[in-house]
Amino acid sequence: MSLQIITQHNADGADKEISARALANDVDVQTLDLEGLERIDLNFPKFTDGRAFSQAFVLRRRGFGGDIRAHGDVLIDQLLQMQRSGFSSAVLRDDQDAAHGEKLLTHYKAFYQGDAVTADPKFARVA
Amino acid sequence: MYQYTAFDSEFVKARAAQYRDQLTRNLAGKLADDDFRPLRLQNGWYVQRYAPMLRVAVPYGELNSAQLRVLAQIARDYDTPSAELIARAQSTQDKIGGIDAPKLTTNYGHFTTRQNVQFNWIPLDKSADVMELLASVNLHGIQTSGNCIRNITSDERAGIAVDEDVDPRPYAEVLRQWSTLHPEFAYLPRKFKIAITGATEDRAAIAWHDVGLRVLRNDEGEVGFQVLVGGGMGRTPITGTVIREFLPWNQIINYLEAVVRVYNGWGRRDNIYKARIKILVKAEGQRYFDEVEAEYERILESGAHHTIPQVELDRVSACFVMPPVDVVPDDAQEKAEQALLAQAKADKEFTRWLQQNVTSHQNPGLRVVTLSFKRLGQAPGDATADQLATAADLADKFSSGEVRVNHDQNLVLPWVRIDQLADLYQAARAAGFARANVHLLTDMIACPGGDYCALANARSLPIAAAITERYQDLDELFDLGEIDLHISGCINSCGHHHSGHIGILGVDKDGQEWYQVTLGGSDGSFLSGPAKAGKVVGPSFAAAEVVDVVEAVLDVYRDKREGHETFARTLNRVGFDVFKAAANSARNTTARAA
Repeated sequence: MSLQIITQHNADGADKEISARALANDVDVQTLDLEGLERIDLNFPKFTDGRAFSQAFVLRRRGFGGDIRAHGDVLIDQLLQMQRSGFSSAVLRDDQDAAHGEKLLTHYKAFYQGDAVTADPKFARVA
Repeated sequence: MYQYTAFDSEFVKARAAQYRDQLTRNLAGKLADDDFRPLRLQNGWYVQRYAPMLRVAVPYGELNSAQLRVLAQIARDYDTPSAELIARAQSTQDKIGGIDAPKLTTNYGHFTTRQNVQFNWIPLDKSADVMELLASVNLHGIQTSGNCIRNITSDERAGIAVDEDVDPRPYAEVLRQWSTLHPEFAYLPRKFKIAITGATEDRAAIAWHDVGLRVLRNDEGEVGFQVLVGGGMGRTPITGTVIREFLPWNQIINYLEAVVRVYNGWGRRDNIYKARIKILVKAEGQRYFDEVEAEYERILESGAHHTIPQVELDRVSACFVMPPVDVVPDDAQEKAEQALLAQAKADKEFTRWLQQNVTSHQNPGLRVVTLSFKRLGQAPGDATADQLATAADLADKFSSGEVRVNHDQNLVLPWVRIDQLADLYQAARAAGFARANVHLLTDMIACPGGDYCALANARSLPIAAAITERYQDLDELFDLGEIDLHISGCINSCGHHHSGHIGILGVDKDGQEWYQVTLGGSDGSFLSGPAKAGKVVGPSFAAAEVVDVVEAVLDVYRDKREGHETFARTLNRVGFDVFKAAANSARNTTARAA
């Protein structure tokens, strides 16, 4: 599952029919009602504020199968972390190079720890 | 020591390549400085007072000689400012005045309290080259800075200590792997430091860490962790609180995932001085603990994916290859011991070195030897390119090619044969590493301070130099006994002043350097007692007064001690006020201000 990279100019109006909900990054997603939601928009007020990574992870762990979209200060150098934490799409800040972002997503062959995409860590996969 | 797998090596190389791409974009103007900063920090690259600083990760302090030689090469070939830069830096430093200061130095490495190695003059445009060079020997700067899980530290004698219950290194390595490029925990509220020990004596200051781990056996012989959380220095020194008395060893990752996830959500992000987990633990207390336990339960219910299988622990443990040290036969051991005794009788300095810089080992035919990097003329923990290369040679010749960087900013040789101690002593002496002052007053901890660091309020190194100079007499140092003297150039506390028996903190008032003195701090070792922050001795002192303050305090100790009582015990028994009065009596220039 590869992250869908969205640029600002194609972000608007594309999926108006979708039942989406935008959350601030201090919302407790453990108790959030997910019923009927097709997309959850999580926010990075600054790219260095990493709360939404944990929100995305917990939403996936709860079994949320819809789209989790990153908004805000979204830079290409954090896309891989977003994908691994459970995001399925990300709207880039408008100065970002989407093509380069695509390349960065495949830079590493594998990782040590499990994540939202591959739950088992490397040691469990090898053994 | 740990033998890197092909996966580990490839991973480090991929990281170096990723960094080169980021640097290239930054230098081409495609990645703004503000956006690049956290990326370079998580590779160990700061930009300091005059030049970038690189912090190389040394996982739990272990280095092999090939790695040490690459560090020497970096010191020699890259740690070189332009003539113009060094001239400008020196002239700026010269204007500070107040106290005689050593000149700025270049082409050297610096050992830190967190067992890492720093360089101070590498130009940023060479940084990707340096990362590739480091990767060639499996070294890197991953997560040595930034608001992420930092390089994990441990006991300098891990795996060899006579008081060790469980070897902490396999667990440290498993945790290193887990925390490396963790996608969810790269942008925490603040830095997150983990220390782990498996010994009775705490040589890793675990209570002073965001998470402190003690791996031990319970009464049933099962291995588990005592988990401390919420320790840290800085502006608000707090020691860690036990959150779990005994966590089964195979649950440590699952549990820490809960600890860090709750911190990521709850930790403060509005104030950098209140963002460490210690503030959260202090503010929320039981509520934080309850949430960690609840999150841990959810992790278990959702599959407990990071439960460590026995085969994985065995695999990692097997990576810590015991060096092929020839076993010294019992009779040879005895002979060697007698020879040492005879030699020691004739050579007082050698006796002192054996007493202070050499300690016992799990293998009775071996000894653990500390090479002292605390001596006149060089800053604490500094090693020139040549000295790094010489240390590598000593490691090859006497310690199966391994050294450890320790918390006190020295190097430890972990595998020295008892019958080679005399030869090692001669070689270490020739290299200038045999000063018999380990754990004594001049074996002080000091941060780089205002000579190099952009954060510092005052210089640490001239103070360290002045104290070192005054206390050169080994008779006197031995008479004073084991004392922790710690110096930080600012409240970030990289020089661990809070935990020093005598702590010195640089402060800035009206653009001038001043020094606050604390007494009675502890890192949590047997010598020092339960971890605690020292108490402040009144208003800060002028730079020129600091050595006199130290002397006054030590004079009180000599006057008040009973028998062989240590400084820390005497201070505890006699009380802070007597020592405080002595310190204040050394005021000269600050008398009016106080």
